[in-house]
Amino acid sequence: MDSLRHAWQYVQDNPDKVEQALWVHLRLSLTALAMAMVFFIPLGVLASRTNRVGPTLVAGVGAARVVPSLAVLFLLLPVFGLGERPALVALFLLAGPPLVINTDAGLRAVDRAVLENARGLGMNAIQAFARVQAPLALPVVVAGIRTATIEVVASATLAAFIGAGGFGTFITSGLALRDVRLLLVGAIPVTALAFLAEALLSALERWVSPPVARPS
Amino acid sequence: MTFTVAASQFVVLLGPSGCGKTTLLKLVNRLYEPTSGTIAINGIDTRSLPAPALRRRIGYVIQQTGLFPHMRVGENVAVVPRLVGWDKRRTAARVDELLELVGLPAEEYRRRYPAQLSGGQQQRVGLARALAAEPSTLLMDEPFGALDAITRGRLQDELRHIHGLLGQTVIFVTHDVEEAVRLADRIVVMRDGRIVQDDTPLRILSHPADDFVRDLVGASDVLRRLSLIPVHQAIRSGIPDAADRCPPVTASQNLRTALNLLLDCGAPRLVVVDADARPIGTLDLEAIQQAATVDVASDSPIVPPDIAPTRR
Repeated sequence: MDSLRHAWQYVQDNPDKVEQALWVHLRLSLTALAMAMVFFIPLGVLASRTNRVGPTLVAGVGAARVVPSLAVLFLLLPVFGLGERPALVALFLLAGPPLVINTDAGLRAVDRAVLENARGLGMNAIQAFARVQAPLALPVVVAGIRTATIEVVASATLAAFIGAGGFGTFITSGLALRDVRLLLVGAIPVTALAFLAEALLSALERWVSPPVARPS
Repeated sequence: MTFTVAASQFVVLLGPSGCGKTTLLKLVNRLYEPTSGTIAINGIDTRSLPAPALRRRIGYVIQQTGLFPHMRVGENVAVVPRLVGWDKRRTAARVDELLELVGLPAEEYRRRYPAQLSGGQQQRVGLARALAAEPSTLLMDEPFGALDAITRGRLQDELRHIHGLLGQTVIFVTHDVEEAVRLADRIVVMRDGRIVQDDTPLRILSHPADDFVRDLVGASDVLRRLSLIPVHQAIRSGIPDAADRCPPVTASQNLRTALNLLLDCGAPRLVVVDADARPIGTLDLEAIQQAATVDVASDSPIVPPDIAPTRR
């Protein structure tokens, strides 16, 4: 309890440091997520539409997933150097697999009869995708975004190891100085952010899901 | 194969699974593209239009309803009117009109989701959706296949009724002989991608083209045949007894119904009444028997398709 109180004391004494860390952490996470969504969701759409390349791509992305995020960070060091850029690239790559895999799976899971009916009623390929297939796949895609967000928010902590800032800075300093108080100043907000993201995106996921049968 | 469907005709494609009836149906709206040959609707080659434009003019209903689960009932029905660019007021009015037509009060059902409906209700919505943009042609691929017998029978009756009201040309695929006999003006029996017989239901039951058709339709099933013969074909003139313990049959009902009634109440004869419930004659077991056998022997169809018997 003492360390908690001391951690709180630290926050009160250094509000600007904490606020700065929050903004950097959010900026890193959200930028990486936005870029990843722009790149990897369309990639998932393409994967779902080809029966030879698609599954290979998805399997490859799945395999790439086993590389630990810290390893990705250090692997990128020689290419991008220190700072925010390699961190962004690492987080971007980290967000990829759940986005590609879920987009592909969600689109493939849409009932073929429903899709054929969309065409049968006179929708062209774009209308059938935009009005029927994509909305029906959306809950699964949002689940992928949720997984990606939590991974990115948590892993952004590691970015501090290569000097990118964020809440991870408190953790690295805390480790170096054996200061539990600093560790907590870094760890608690990151945990809270991850929980918040989980709650918000779960709510979004439910909101975009079509209602299921209700006992009447 | 070549065959022609007259406007407003209700044609049933009947055959075992794998005989090509669904393929034939999907060739009509070009879900399958013909590799050779021509399909024309109202004299216009279906390939002269882009496929989506063609399909918007043709209603389409399939077995698993294919309703869009993320859209409310009203939105589902409005899909085609929206595609063809109707304005909101016209679309909304049409949606309500169709939901009422298929027996789902619009006020109650418009805002529900498909998952909140029973299988029969979903199929009603599927029918309403297919009819929404006033297509002249309706394609139905075993639409009632997944329903229980009672619901199926009720929907068959209502489909016949709606067809009578709106007069679309209907091409309906099924492997269920009862359903074919109950709905069709004309049955096309298919086997291995070929047409083996193309005639009125009664002719197909009384004159099956070969053993395959005979087995398929159960031509030996007298009850099935009786269900296609109206009571007035077998009526005996004469003033019916004043006191009779059976309820009367109507002249336009079929002999199967009459036979059922006769056996059920145990009287020697039934009173036949006309549409205004005036007695016009009687019906007994012997008369029914004669009608059934005479019909099999006769060479011309007793009931032409345009005055097909009213079904129960």
